[in-house]
Amino acid sequence: MTDKEIVDLVNKTLAEEFELDPASLRPEAGFAEDLGLDSLDTVDMIIVLEQAFRMKIRDNEAIRGIRTLGDLHAFLIEARDARGA
Amino acid sequence: MKRRVAITGLGAVSPLGVGLPALMDGLERGASGIVRVPALAAVDGLRCQLAGLVPAFEAPDLPRRHRRSMSPMSVFAYLACREALAMAGLEVESARDSLCLILGSTVGSPQTLEAFFADYLPARSLSAIKSTTFFKAMGHAAAANVSQALGLAGPLLAPTAACATGCLAVGLAYDLIAGGRQEMILAGGTDEFHPLVPATFDIMNAASVGFNHSPDQAPRPFDRRRDGVVCAEGAGVLLLEAMDAALARGAKVLAEITGYASSADVSHIAHPEAAAIERCLRLALRDAAVAPGEVDYVNMHATGTLSGDVAEARAVASVFGPDVPVSSLKGHLGHTMAASGALELAASVEMARRGRLAPTRNLSDVDPDCAGLAHLQEPACRAVSTVVKNNFALGGVNAVIVFRSGA
Repeated sequence: MTDKEIVDLVNKTLAEEFELDPASLRPEAGFAEDLGLDSLDTVDMIIVLEQAFRMKIRDNEAIRGIRTLGDLHAFLIEARDARGA
Repeated sequence: MKRRVAITGLGAVSPLGVGLPALMDGLERGASGIVRVPALAAVDGLRCQLAGLVPAFEAPDLPRRHRRSMSPMSVFAYLACREALAMAGLEVESARDSLCLILGSTVGSPQTLEAFFADYLPARSLSAIKSTTFFKAMGHAAAANVSQALGLAGPLLAPTAACATGCLAVGLAYDLIAGGRQEMILAGGTDEFHPLVPATFDIMNAASVGFNHSPDQAPRPFDRRRDGVVCAEGAGVLLLEAMDAALARGAKVLAEITGYASSADVSHIAHPEAAAIERCLRLALRDAAVAPGEVDYVNMHATGTLSGDVAEARAVASVFGPDVPVSSLKGHLGHTMAASGALELAASVEMARRGRLAPTRNLSDVDPDCAGLAHLQEPACRAVSTVVKNNFALGGVNAVIVFRSGA
């Protein structure tokens, strides 16, 4: 997958799962303060992303540092690279 | 000294539609809410293909954070609570911190439980289980979700007694207000349809299996050709208030609950005994200080099973004799499970107010074993003051409520 394909799939998955306006999915958007997601949503976000990307990410330590949508994009791009390495 | 308890609001979601007007309109038209559900034929071993399903409706305008943990039974109950509050002219904000909610279901969401086990069992894996699953499947899911969605911060209770849940919840509310522990309570029951619900009855040979191609002919309470329960879904909710407080705020009093009793039938876990029902009826009448001859109408639990209808008919005949009008609404609605007691109680309150009683739909040929009662086989117009509502459950739970129409 290209970087853009990853970004698009993340945004599409989150927009569908959490009924988000695609226009709100800016890289700098914070999950809690800008997108209105809470602790239960972040649990479910991992599940739907694991299904969309067909890989396990829940136990990846780096996930704890994710604060913005851009962080999430970068995390998944890195995960793709790590898997390909 | 018991305090007086008023009913000031009614809410209904039933196979006849969303809202009390849809329920009453359907009852007055003699409509059936029963449909054939082709998908039930795909369940191996399930012979009943009928159900009473809530017709399609516009989803309530709720934020996603509330909707995400609500299965259909919570949505039904939410709508019924909203309707009861609106009918009572009560703004939630004015009673947010003290309004008590007593709402039960037979089990947690069966639709959610199926989805959970479909994901979990193949590989014993939790990888696809979302965080909100538990909040739909837990035993008090409907009560908790309604409380969250309405922002009710008073006591929250979720009694469960299968098909007697509705009247048990209302009876508990009555006890709490009459005893001075609470001032105002939303009480009722709710359930959503799932194939395992009719399966429960079909396994015991207690579900209707002979009318799959004529859905509106079943169930048939007290009828010679009755062949069992038709399971249904919905929610029934009543708003109860201390009478003096209701009158002080200028609320319209729809009815006054004057008595309630609940007792266990320990003769058998599945087969109701007439003597146990009679005992519960007499306890409720004593609580209400009402003589059998003062009762104008009995709204029966009768579901259309072979043995249950006979036991109830014999008990009611023994207590009230042959002249008190009786009918069961299951012929219109099917058996709405945990909702049934509260849903049919709400309908009974409204029927008494209107002075028009619905007959037992599909009762065309009274079974001699269910005779000795003034069965309503046609709509009846008459003055109705004191009403008895019966509600019984598998597991041997009996509940009876007595109310007087109007203030």
